[in-house]
Parts: sequence; C-alpha cells; structure tokens
Amino acid sequence: MLLIQCPYCAVERPELEFRYGGEAHIARPESPSELTDEQWADFLYMRSNPKGVMAERWRHVHGCGRFFNALRDTVSDRFLAVYKAGEPRPDIEAPEPTAPNKETGR
Amino acid sequence: MSEAPLYSAAGDTEAVLAAPGLRVSRTRPLARFAFRGDPAAAGKAGAAFGASLPMTPLAANRVSARAALWLGPDEWLLLAADETAAAIAVGMATALADAPHALVDVSERNVALLVEGEGAERLLNTQVFLDLDPAAFPVGMATRTLFAKAEIILWRLGDEAFAVECWRSFAPYIEGLLVEGARGL
Amino acid sequence: MTQIRRTRSGGRIDRSQPVRFTFDGRELTGFAGDTLASALLANDEHLVGRSFKYHRPRGILTAGSEEPNALVGVTRSPGSGTPNLRATQVELHEGLSARSQNRFPSLGFDIGAVNDLMSPLFVAGFYYKTFMWPKSFWNRVYEPFIRAAAGLGTAPTAPDRDRYANRYVHCDVLIAGAGPAGIAAALSAAEAGARVILADEQAEMGGALLHETGATVEGQPADRWLEAALAELAANPRVTLLPRTTAFGYFNHNYIALGERVTDHLAVPDPDLPRERLWQVRARQVVIAAGSIERPLVFPENDRPGVMLAEAGRIYANRYGVLPGRSIAVATACDTAYRAALDIHAAGGSIAVIADLRERPDEALVAEARAAGIRVETSCVVTGVLGRKRVRGVLLGRLRAGSVTAAGTVNADCLLMSGGWTPNVSLHSQSRGKLVWDEERGAYLPGDAVQAERSAGSCAGVDGLAAVLADGARAGAEAAREATGKAHAPREILAEGGEAGIGWVLGALPHDRDAARVRAFVDYQNDVTAKDVKLAVREGMHSIEHIKRYTTTGMATDQGRLSNMNALSIASTALDRPVPEVGLTTFRQPYTPVSFGTLATTSRGDLFDPVRKTPIHDWAAGQGAAFEDVGLWKRAWYFPRGGEDMHRAVERECRTVRESVGLFDASTLGKIEVVGPDAAEFLNRIYTNPWLKLGPGRLRYGLMLNEAGFIMDDGVVGRLAEDRFHVTTTTGGAPRVLAHMEDYLQTEWPDLKVWLTSTTEQWAVIAVQGPKAREAIAPIIDDIDLATEALPHMSMREGHVMGGIPCRLFRMSFTGEAGYELNVPPSRAREVWEAVWANVEKLGGCAYGTETMHVLRAEKGYIIVGQETDGTVTPDDVGMSWAIGKKKRDFVGMRSLARPDLVAEGRKQLVGLLTRDGTTLLEEGAQITREAVPALKTPALGHVTSSYVSPAAGRPIALAMIADGRARMGETLHVPMPEGAITVEVVPPVFVDPEGARLNV
Repeated sequence: MLLIQCPYCAVERPELEFRYGGEAHIARPESPSELTDEQWADFLYMRSNPKGVMAERWRHVHGCGRFFNALRDTVSDRFLAVYKAGEPRPDIEAPEPTAPNKETGR
Repeated sequence: MSEAPLYSAAGDTEAVLAAPGLRVSRTRPLARFAFRGDPAAAGKAGAAFGASLPMTPLAANRVSARAALWLGPDEWLLLAADETAAAIAVGMATALADAPHALVDVSERNVALLVEGEGAERLLNTQVFLDLDPAAFPVGMATRTLFAKAEIILWRLGDEAFAVECWRSFAPYIEGLLVEGARGL
Repeated sequence: MTQIRRTRSGGRIDRSQPVRFTFDGRELTGFAGDTLASALLANDEHLVGRSFKYHRPRGILTAGSEEPNALVGVTRSPGSGTPNLRATQVELHEGLSARSQNRFPSLGFDIGAVNDLMSPLFVAGFYYKTFMWPKSFWNRVYEPFIRAAAGLGTAPTAPDRDRYANRYVHCDVLIAGAGPAGIAAALSAAEAGARVILADEQAEMGGALLHETGATVEGQPADRWLEAALAELAANPRVTLLPRTTAFGYFNHNYIALGERVTDHLAVPDPDLPRERLWQVRARQVVIAAGSIERPLVFPENDRPGVMLAEAGRIYANRYGVLPGRSIAVATACDTAYRAALDIHAAGGSIAVIADLRERPDEALVAEARAAGIRVETSCVVTGVLGRKRVRGVLLGRLRAGSVTAAGTVNADCLLMSGGWTPNVSLHSQSRGKLVWDEERGAYLPGDAVQAERSAGSCAGVDGLAAVLADGARAGAEAAREATGKAHAPREILAEGGEAGIGWVLGALPHDRDAARVRAFVDYQNDVTAKDVKLAVREGMHSIEHIKRYTTTGMATDQGRLSNMNALSIASTALDRPVPEVGLTTFRQPYTPVSFGTLATTSRGDLFDPVRKTPIHDWAAGQGAAFEDVGLWKRAWYFPRGGEDMHRAVERECRTVRESVGLFDASTLGKIEVVGPDAAEFLNRIYTNPWLKLGPGRLRYGLMLNEAGFIMDDGVVGRLAEDRFHVTTTTGGAPRVLAHMEDYLQTEWPDLKVWLTSTTEQWAVIAVQGPKAREAIAPIIDDIDLATEALPHMSMREGHVMGGIPCRLFRMSFTGEAGYELNVPPSRAREVWEAVWANVEKLGGCAYGTETMHVLRAEKGYIIVGQETDGTVTPDDVGMSWAIGKKKRDFVGMRSLARPDLVAEGRKQLVGLLTRDGTTLLEEGAQITREAVPALKTPALGHVTSSYVSPAAGRPIALAMIADGRARMGETLHVPMPEGAITVEVVPPVFVDPEGARLNV
C-alpha cells in the first residue's frame, strides 16, 4: 500500500484515502463545439501512458477532498513530486537513480 | 475521562462499550454545519460563529460549546451544543450576506461516538490506519479518514479521548467493529 | 514406550509438566515447551506424513517454519481445524489432536503409495504430457483423479468459528527475527529511543541463542543473557515484543504484514482472544534479521524418515532434550555439523559416523570429534539410505577424483546432513531489493536496499555469534538513527562460541548407484527430484522461471527457501552456465502460509461491509417486509401479506398505488446541496437540461452525462433559492455523482462560486404516490398549501409537518400517479411515516417496496440508470432528447453527442415489447433477433432491459434496447430461448397513461 503526500493536508496518508484520477494537465477545451471530431476524440481518449515520469491526478477523497497532481515514476512506482491543482508541472524529467534507503516508511 | 462541554455522552444505557480503561458512548445531538468557502468568507464565518475557522490543515478550534474543524482548504465542520441549527444559520447568513459561501445544515447527517480511556488509541487502531501516537496525532488534531470501510472524521479531544463523527447509517457498523475490536484487545 | 528418545536432562522443556496429545488417534506424551515435532521425536516417531505426489513416507526434516514434510492437520472440534500445519511450529498443549495427511487408510499403509511405483508417469511436466487429450477427459477423468490422488490436507467443512483481529501500528524500527542479530538490533534501537517492534515466528524469542549451549554472551551462558535482554526490552514501553508472529509480506513504502498466532498453543483459549491477529505495520526503518537455514544434501533416498538437517538435530537435543535417533550418522560439507554431532554426543546420543565430503576439513574439529570417540571419514559421501519408513542404515562412498566407490554401510536409524547454509533473503527480495551472488559462499546475499531496510546477521552472510551480534547492534543503531534523526552508538556485546560455519556444497551429490532406479529429492514438498530438474533442461526449459513451473520446484509453501539453491545448482550444471546466469525466481509473499482468517480479520459476516439502514427500516421489518441490497443499503423490496409470494404482493401493491395511495421509503436516494451564486450556472454545465430559468420552488428532472456523451445518472433537482439547489441522485450513484461534480468544479471551473455538500443522510424521504396521495398527507401538513394551483406537479415548498418538523415537500412522481415526497429529518422520520401510514391505511392504501416501484415506473417507460442504460447509451437512445437544453452552448458530454458514431443509424433505442401470446414473461437480458431461429453468428438486434407482469396492462410488459427501435413500431421480432423462440411485438415504451393526465389530479 503506497503512501501518498497530500499537498493540501501536508501529510502522507495511505493510498486507501485517495482515488486515482488519470493523466494530469489535460484541460477541457474552452469551446468543445468548435473542435473537429478528431480533436475531440483526441481530448477524450488519447493518453500518453509513458514508461517513466507520469503526471497524474489524484484526489484525497477520504481526506481533504481535493484533487491534486503528482509525478510518479511508472517504472519504480515512486512518487517524485506532488503539487496543487493549477500549479505548473515541476521540472523533473528523469527519475533519480534508485538509491539505497531512499524510500522511508513515511 | 474528558470533560467535553461540546460532546456529551447520551447516558449510561447508551454506552456502546464499557470495559476497564475503555469506554465507547453515543453522544447527544449537536447543531452541525458544513461550511464551504474561501478564506475570506471563512474569516467572517468564524467571527459570526464564535469559534474561528482554523486555517491550518487538520486543526480544530474549540471554544467552549462550539468548535470548527478544518476538513479541507475550503471546507470546515462547525459544531455547536448551545443553540439550534436554525438559529445559528440565521445569524450566520446575515453576517455573511456579501461573502459567497455555502452553509449547509448537516446536524442530522452526522452522529458522533466518544472513544475514551487508556485503550482508546489501540482500539481505534484496530480499524484506523493512522499513527495515533500523540507525537503524530496530538490533542486537537482532526482529520477525515477511514474506519475500516466507513469514512469518519477523527478528532482527538484529549490524551485518551477521541470523537468519531460519521454519517448516521454507518454508526452501527462502526460500533459493531469497536465492540468486536475491544474483545481480547 | 514413552519418550524413549528424551535426554536425561537439559533442554528448555518443563519436565515437571507432562502433556498428553494424540497423533492419528494414538495417545502420546510430551512436555510443556515441546513442539509437536519434538514430542513425536521424543517418542521415536519419525514417520509423520506422506508426500504430495508419490505418497512417499516422510519424516521431520527441520526444526523450523521451512519444514516441507511434517505437515499435519490439527483439529479442535469436528468439522473445523487447520490443515497443512508444520509439526515443527505446532506447540504442544494438553489434548492437542493432530493427524497425518495425504494417506489412506493409514499412515503406515497407504494405497496412494502405488504412485511411487508409477513414478515414471509423474516426471517433470507430467500434467502437460499426460493429460493433453482428449479434451473431454479433463473434467471427468483427469481432474478428479489428480484431485483425489495428490494434494495435502483436507479443508475444514464447517464455517470457521474462530475470531481474527486486526491492528494497524506504526514504529520507527521493525525488526523481523529475534535471533542474536534481531535481539542486538532491538537493544541498540531501543537504547536510541526509537519505537521498536520485534517480531519472531517462534514461540520463544532468541533463535540460535536458545540452543547455543556452549556459547557465552557478556560472560554469561547465552540463554541467561537472552533472558536478561528480553526482560530489558519488555520493560521498555516503546518496545513491542511479538513472539509467534511471522513477518509474511513486505510491501510498498515499508508496509509489512505480520501474522500473530494468539491462541493455537493454548489448551483452553480465552474466548475473548482472537485466534490470530494481523498486524499491519508501517515502519520508518526495517531490520531484517531472518537468519539462515541449513541446506539439505541431494543424494538418493534423502527423503526417508530419519533423515534430518544437522542443525535441526542439534536443536532437538539442546533445546528440547530429544535425541533424533538411537544411532546417528552425520553427512556434511560444513563445519557446523560437527557441533551438532558433539552436542548430541554430549547429551548422551550415539554418533555412528561423521562422513565429510571435504578432503581436508578443519583439523581442530576433526580432532575434537575423534577425541570424543566419534568416527570421522573425509572425502566421504553418503550415497543412499536403507529402510523405507525409517532409516535403517546409511550407504557411504569414497570420493576420488570425482568418482565414487562404495565404502560400506553404517548401521543407523537417523542421518543428520548439512550442505551448508542459505541466507534467508526472502523479505529483502519481497521488498524489491536485488540479490547478489557470492561465489565464495555459494549463496545469494542481499544487495542494495530499495526501501528503508537493511539485513543483519546471518541472513546478510555474517557468520559466527560474535559477528552476528555486532552486526545486529550496528543495524539497530543505524535504523534508529535514520528513523529518528538521533544518533546513538550501537550496543557492544561480547560473545564467545557459536563459531562460524565454514564449508558448503550445492546440487546433486555424486554416487555409485543405478541412476535409473534411485531418486534424490530437491523439493521435498512437491516431490521434485534432481532428475526432474535435469529432464526439464533437456526438454528445453532454459530459464529458471520455466524450470520452476515445469517441475514445480520451489513452489512449495516455503517458497523455495529450502530447495531453490540446490535446484539452481543442478540447472546450472545441466545448462553449463554459472549460477548467476541461470537466474533466481522471485520470493513471493507470504513467507509462510497464512490462514484466510488472518487476511479477512474482522471483514466477515455482519461486519463484512457497512449495512446501511434507513430510519424506516425497523418499521418495514416489523411489517414483515422482504429486503433487497442496493449498494450498501437495505431497501424494503415488497410487503407480503398473509402468505403472499412476491408476485402476488407486488401485483396488489401496484394496483393499490394506482387506485388509492402507496407509501414508499425513498430515503436512500442520494442528495447533494449545491450552494453559491454560481449554482445555476454550475448545474447548467453538469446536466443536459437548462437550469438558469428554473424558478425557486420548482423541480426539474435532470439528466447527467459523462464527457463521452453517455448517461451516467439522473434525478430530480429542486431550486430552494436563487443560490441553493437540492439535487437528488440514484441510490447507487450518489458518491460517483458527487465525485464527478467535484472533479469539474475543482479542476475545470475553479472560478465558479459554488460548493457541494452531501445531504443524503440529512433527509429521510417518504414518498406518497397515488390518486389519494394528497388526502394521505394533508392532515399532517402545517403550513404548505397543497392545492394543485399552489403546488403543481414538479414544484416544491419548504415548511413543516406535525406541528413543527421541518419538511422539504416535493410534488413529483416516479409512478405516473400524482405524488409527493416528504424530505424530513431522519430523527423524526419514523413518527412522520407512522402518521402518514395511519392516513394511508384509512384510505385503503399500502406500503410498497422497490419491486413495485420498478413495475410502476416501467409501465410509464421511465428508465432506470444502470438497467435501461449500460454506459453506452445516449439521451436520444432512450428517447430523452427532450431533456437536452437546445440553446445551451456547452454541457458535459454535449460535444460527444455530435460524434459520428453517436448520430449514426442503427443505434439501439428504447422500445416496449409485448409477447404475442400475452402471457409469457420475458427474461431480462435476453437477446432479440429478427428470425425465430437465426443463422449462427447473426448479431442480435438488441436485448430486454426490464420485464414485469403489469397489473395495469393486464399482461407482461418489457422494455428493450433494439437497433433502430423507434422505426420498428409494430414489427414482429423474436426472443430465442432454450425452450424455443418467443414472438414479440415492438410497441412504444409507455404502457399506462401516455398523456400524463394522472399526474395532475
């Protein structure tokens, strides 16, 4: 069971308090009706699914209730950063090399 | 045992559990509100309510028979034992007339259990996965979290006293697990 | 014949407390402090089980949790009990009743042993080879045969009456294993002020300290020092000691699962105690002090009862006061077996020979053994044993330049063996730490940690008591420092004795026997031999993962701790590749088997899930209502009277509602209060319907889509004020809808000044439906004008009932009849309900349940989200284009409704169906076709979504989703069923009052 830092509560809590919300930074278009079918399908369905650093949405549903974003390395399942909704994606492009004793229990 | 002017046990016959060093009791009804709004509105709300709404995450502010619990950056739970919800709502609506916010009566939605005694921490930890050591969960801390499969608000009232707020239909489940957990604790 | 193998003195058993127990019904006696294994050995019982595949007689191989052979079933009462317990871990208590397994009719004479003679049939991969065809044989012949013939214990037949507890706990330092390294780590970490949990799978903490009788620690005998150390730890309130507790799973972020066996060792357990307790630990730092386990030698007949690991023999002698045999031979490639031989000799045992594989073992050890009068042979290999149900003799061979010549037979009833030591790296591996091959030791050792853990002591490849204690102390201090940020020097602990174990061998030993006739076992529990591993390689399995699955080696309950290294070495030789290139299979959780009860803990029976009940529930139960589960809620399903079945009750309830009035508990409906100056704008974006012009006091049916354009929920929404709405959702959809709304509000439109609060349980809902609904509620209304002009259909008022109980009164219908829904506080709902009920009864009305509600709405063609819809249905598909605000610029899902596939012809549309015969009730989910007997692979036109007997229509009716359904009105279609096709006619989906006249009475 992962521990996830909530940027609003400023504490780490077990995964069970959170809900996954899919890829982050996919803003709903301002005027959907002006989009072509292809553009709209792209917004609806196309996701990057990277091997490596992934920006994704989480909601602290059984805590403060807020949606926030996180950078997670999909290879190691390690969280690299969490940040509030609306904040820019932190500039962490590559995961840090796995170092001993990096992951503490809290 | 804690002397809470806010929560009061609903009487001996209502005790869910009474064992050496451990007591779980239902509490008398309170006026309860979900308050949602930005910090400016929350500031005014605190002045009108009589207990300021904490801006620090996971903090609770109790002033005699009233309390405001931080639940999220735009969400607080307000509790009052000394006046009806209707009367409080009228007063706050007036004070907050020009500050957009949502004040919703949830007096009937929630019920609370008091979990008290030397074994309270251990008993809660049969179903609550948070670290309840006073260093990690000090007196005055309040948070939404899970009790087994039920969502609760857990508020530490004293060294050996916690309030568990939950939606009313979840209370029998939580009580049942507390009784079960207390056996052979 | 009682306890003939018991030593005269010594051991940690309490000789003043005899304990009676039964094994296969025979009464035996041991002492308090015995395990079942040590007590059986004390009675010279070596034959304790039959093997999994060949039903070979098996004995006790180890003294620990890695035991592969001595699996027993322990029963406390008929029908209950636990199979597959390791006798080495079962603590003796008065009246313990244990049985051997996998034998019929008895352990001594087992018919299944014929498998052993048929062993050529059961070679590696036999499942794949033998049971290939014909396909039909699998279910009827092969599987029943395999199930009956193979297998371990028998599952209990009665429900588990025991209780299982759960505990979440946090600590600075979790130490897995309380041997010398773990104890030293705990002392150091506790001294540094850390919150420490020390867990050990054995009944007594101390590990090797419990049998290192010759060693001294801090100048005291090892067991004395241990006693003091444990007392010191027990006195520290920040230390939790958990004996009988196995760290069985190491998961992400230092989340470790421990299984504590609380009562199995007690003759008469306190009924308040759980049988087992699951500890879910979140540790800042972990010290793995899991020790190492001795490796069996792979030689022919190495599985005979009486063959045992050398250190196990030493443990039985030193700790339990039991000699493992009358005349004991020792075969070894490792120094530690000499200590076993010497200790057993000192305890009064007779050592027939020490056969050492090595040409030049440690001279001092050899001299010490010979000085004790023990015969020592070097360059000497054991090539087999005599005896079937018990070792009768040991065959020796002389090793010379790689070949073996027979070197005689030794008369012995027990053979102790040692192939060296395998560090116990399971937990490190589970934590995703890599393993590193150590060529010099012939062992895998823990590599770099991925999580906050370190291994200490012999599981990290540290040998010798003094070094292990020092390593444990270092690890404990380091873990405490990392966890708390406070540095504290490791405890210095001086020790003598408990020397390092030098020497090892891996893989199958050479012998002079007929290779076609003998078998040397690698994985005892799964009956995998050295030949099986070689055969797997010959048949093309070159990856260790394939070899594992083909042979099942390493898949036993010890997760391969005992067998992996030998299997790997044999595979390495067969493949002619070095061991690290062959690879190593993953060590999986659980470390040892865990009961289902421990994993389920309290999630069973009434406490499995929250059972949500409405304030009306007890009233309905008192009226004899049947209930159905809707999500977590219990809802009244129907109210049978005087022996009615569901069909009759529902028919009566339906008629009553349409003729007079019915009372329905709708409290479970989801409710959300939407408040703020932008509330209407928000709802306008979330729902398909227009909201800006809905006046306060009005209701509107709202339809909610997901962004892909498909219906996700619906419900009636009331406007309480300019800035306040009362939203209702489906019972099951409430959390999903609130999350959906919060998502858009927080992440797409954070500028909107509107907030959401769940009020599902703030309001109980009493629905009163039928032509006499107004009469039924009028007497209790305080201050609301019920006249249709004042309160028309789809409007609402806030007011009071029964002299001051607050009420949000909705005039609305989900039945097609005029109706009201009274939203009242749950604490007052029962009294309001009973007051209305009194009026309903006077008017000849009834209470009705969800089944009648379903029939009434189906008669009107009202959809149920999740029944008519399935996540691929648009508003137009169910004929609800009217619910879409035509002038709206945007709402969630709007753009998708214009996607080509959502406007294409041929989409399934909601229609009604009537069976041609007017009597047959269709089955929900049944497929609908054009032909009565369609050609194979003809796609269905659609399916039945709802089907009921309609009292109003006087016949069965159905709703269905059919391709181009609205263009098929009047068409005849077919519903093929096993008994033959049912002919149906397509009709409009409204069967009662299509004009809606009844709503406005």
